[in-house]
Amino acid sequence: MKRFTQLIRELETSNKTNDKIAALISYFTEAADPDKPYVIAMFTGKRPRRPVNTALIRLWATELARIPDWLFAESYHSVGDLSETIALVLPPPTRLSNRPLHEWIQDLQALHLQTEAEKKQFILSAWDSLDTQERFIFNKLISGNFRIGVSAKMLVNALARQSGTESSKIMHSIMGKWEPSAINFAELTSGAHVNTDNSWPYPFCLAYALENAPEALGSPGEWQAEWKWDGIRGQIIKRNGELFIWSRGEELVTAQFPELHFLAAELPDGTVLDGEILSIKDGNVQAFSILQQRLNRKTISKAQLLSAPVGFYSYDLLEYAGADLRSETLTYRRSVLEQVTGQLKTKGIVIPSPVVAFGNWEELAMLRESARQLNSEGIMLKKLDSLYHAGRNRGDWWKWKINPYTVDTVMIYAQKGSGRRAGYYTDYTFAVRDGDQLITVAKAYSGLTDKEIKEVNSFVLKNAVEKFGPVRTVKPELVFEIAFEGIAESKRHKAGLALRFPRIARWRKDKKADEINTLDDLRQLLHSTL
Amino acid sequence: MALISFTNKGIYCRQGGFYIDPWQPVDLAVTTHGHSDHVRWGNKAYLCHELTRSVIEQRLGEDLHIETLPYNKAVGINGVKVSFFPAGHVIGSAQVRLEYKGEVCVVSGDYKTEDDGVSTAFEPVKCHTFVSESTFGLPIYKWQPQHVIMDNIRDWISRNRDQQKTSVLIAYSLGKAQRLISGLSGYGEFYTHASIENLNRRFRNAGVMLPETTMINPEIKKEALQQGIVIVPPALADSRWIKNLIQPATGICSGWMQVRAGRRWRSADAGFALSDHADWPGLLGAIRATEAEQVYVTHGYTSVFSRYLNESGIKAQEVKTRYGQEEEEQEVLP
Ligand SMILES: [Zn+2]
Ligand SMILES: [Zn+2]
Repeated sequence: MKRFTQLIRELETSNKTNDKIAALISYFTEAADPDKPYVIAMFTGKRPRRPVNTALIRLWATELARIPDWLFAESYHSVGDLSETIALVLPPPTRLSNRPLHEWIQDLQALHLQTEAEKKQFILSAWDSLDTQERFIFNKLISGNFRIGVSAKMLVNALARQSGTESSKIMHSIMGKWEPSAINFAELTSGAHVNTDNSWPYPFCLAYALENAPEALGSPGEWQAEWKWDGIRGQIIKRNGELFIWSRGEELVTAQFPELHFLAAELPDGTVLDGEILSIKDGNVQAFSILQQRLNRKTISKAQLLSAPVGFYSYDLLEYAGADLRSETLTYRRSVLEQVTGQLKTKGIVIPSPVVAFGNWEELAMLRESARQLNSEGIMLKKLDSLYHAGRNRGDWWKWKINPYTVDTVMIYAQKGSGRRAGYYTDYTFAVRDGDQLITVAKAYSGLTDKEIKEVNSFVLKNAVEKFGPVRTVKPELVFEIAFEGIAESKRHKAGLALRFPRIARWRKDKKADEINTLDDLRQLLHSTL
Repeated sequence: MALISFTNKGIYCRQGGFYIDPWQPVDLAVTTHGHSDHVRWGNKAYLCHELTRSVIEQRLGEDLHIETLPYNKAVGINGVKVSFFPAGHVIGSAQVRLEYKGEVCVVSGDYKTEDDGVSTAFEPVKCHTFVSESTFGLPIYKWQPQHVIMDNIRDWISRNRDQQKTSVLIAYSLGKAQRLISGLSGYGEFYTHASIENLNRRFRNAGVMLPETTMINPEIKKEALQQGIVIVPPALADSRWIKNLIQPATGICSGWMQVRAGRRWRSADAGFALSDHADWPGLLGAIRATEAEQVYVTHGYTSVFSRYLNESGIKAQEVKTRYGQEEEEQEVLP
């Protein structure tokens, strides 16, 4: 536990990727072997089931700290992280322990079978034997939610350098199916388990955002353009008669999409498709909001199957006849992909994502403008000779999104943020005008520079009109341009509509509150996009 | 009649006809300490502790009318007995005790309860009415003992030296800087920014024992700074000057460093939760020790803290003031 706590401290005390990788390398060199697979599982989001629910943990902590619940809530609001809040409010430990990390984790897992009283006794005794930093880690172990600024790629790089293995191989084995209790570190890094598991997916190849004109990419002839779809990026795997559908969040979502189950019979064994799960009706891609209605549900109703039928637009073919195709060129992979999908008996559900033909960049720019009519977010550009990389690789794949919608709004509420900017007013609510009233249309957290946040913060401090708990009503003076990806009807919102992915595009210091958009402007946009 | 009232110029004692830490110009400003939100320019006269005089003269100018009073000695102002008690916040900081017809009120300004070794240690004063700050008035703020924090800083400095990094501590010029040089004394040559050094010089002239320090100047070689301990105020935290040092590693010393989000927000290489304000147990302990019947809560987590006091059976009320603008109170780097 101590060595792991040290790792976390080191990861947190530097902003530089190189320092973080160095800290990881020295951790994997020095730490006890049985701990390592657990750490890898944690950093790659492999979550064990929670042994104790959050409400109980919180209750026990407030009891032990002898503070009222509202005060715990205020503390939590200021800290922004539950595990950390608990670690800080508890009284100091009365003893110290030196148990290894994997034992703590195993004990926590064993709690599932125990009574609530036994669980409580274990947790309280653990808190009493750990210092603040260790308690924080321990609480994170309970929640299983360990986000500490280490990306999968960073971890993989560190493991690759530490073990002298190729990073793509490491990424591959980490993404496979394994249990930290049943594998040792050497097996895990060598990837012994993945060859025996039918379901393992490949790491997705990701694109960088294209910020400038595509002319800089060189000759259009070297590029393949496709529509950028807004659905669920997924990988479809058929091996040894079994079908698996993975989402990019590394979740198995096979059961959620019965429309794709015919592939178990029709795809040849040893095939892996990369693509987008979309709602497709009468050959047209429907808006993401329609697909969203049927996501993450235990059962899907007949009505949903009818209103949001699912299809799969395939971008790429990663494995064919059991062979890894990722180091073939895109041109080659695409040609085999077209063959494979062409041979499916069920037509129209799984098809290659259409290629956008274009002669020059100007023409493509014009085509891109029409993306919204197809419910597409823009254009993807992929180099014809590109390999299928694990993760992002600058230069080969670009996403060239259409500009978002924007609306000018005024800030009416502010709330202190959590996380990095705890203590500052960073969460704002924005309104548009409706007659002589202001109607809330969006909440947004990001998009301002640190300097601007400090400026807004001091405005809020000076211009707070009312308090509702942590929320401050402020004079409606500051105008912000809010960018968003879409608009939908919403009965839950007073405005009758909701913006999708709203964020602050910029602070319009040049505008006054009477120059903002009206609710009618948004209604018009809503009706034009339906 | 109450001994103090809260006006738009500051905390007012009508019977004595003076203000305590006013934020608008008045005739007589009784001053708790030298932080800029507690002492402002433009008052006709100031009454403060001898060592705070050094700070006021450094910051506001030499030609001011300043009267001083040592700790535990009383002076009468229009029949109100005024005395100073150590607040333990920074060098020269005082709690102001007012007594009139048997009624006692203490305005504590800013305070901390741990003895930091340079400021005179905090002394609880019994009173009927107590005015308390609440900068760190949440139960998440519980400081480690100073010697533990100093050990952590020393470890950090030695790791920096192993890696040929220059250790740069970010600390407020009045308070934290003096604590660091006294707490880290003997661990390396101190190189201090002019704003710190000017105060150090005045404190030394006034008889305060402080370890030797060197004011940063262009003649000093970067290699020397790399071996020593550099201390600069928060205003310089993101400066080009620091970036140009040999492998600079910055360590911020502030109570806000207690929370991970606070450390990330400042994007320093290290954060040390070293504060000149009382932590949660410190605030509660100090308030209980006064046995006050009425507590007024100024700058900080005023509403949370006063609610908690009321629920714990201590009559408390939050008051709006203009305090809370010093670096550590503000959670902001300028
Ligand atoms: Zn102060
Ligand atoms: Zn203050």
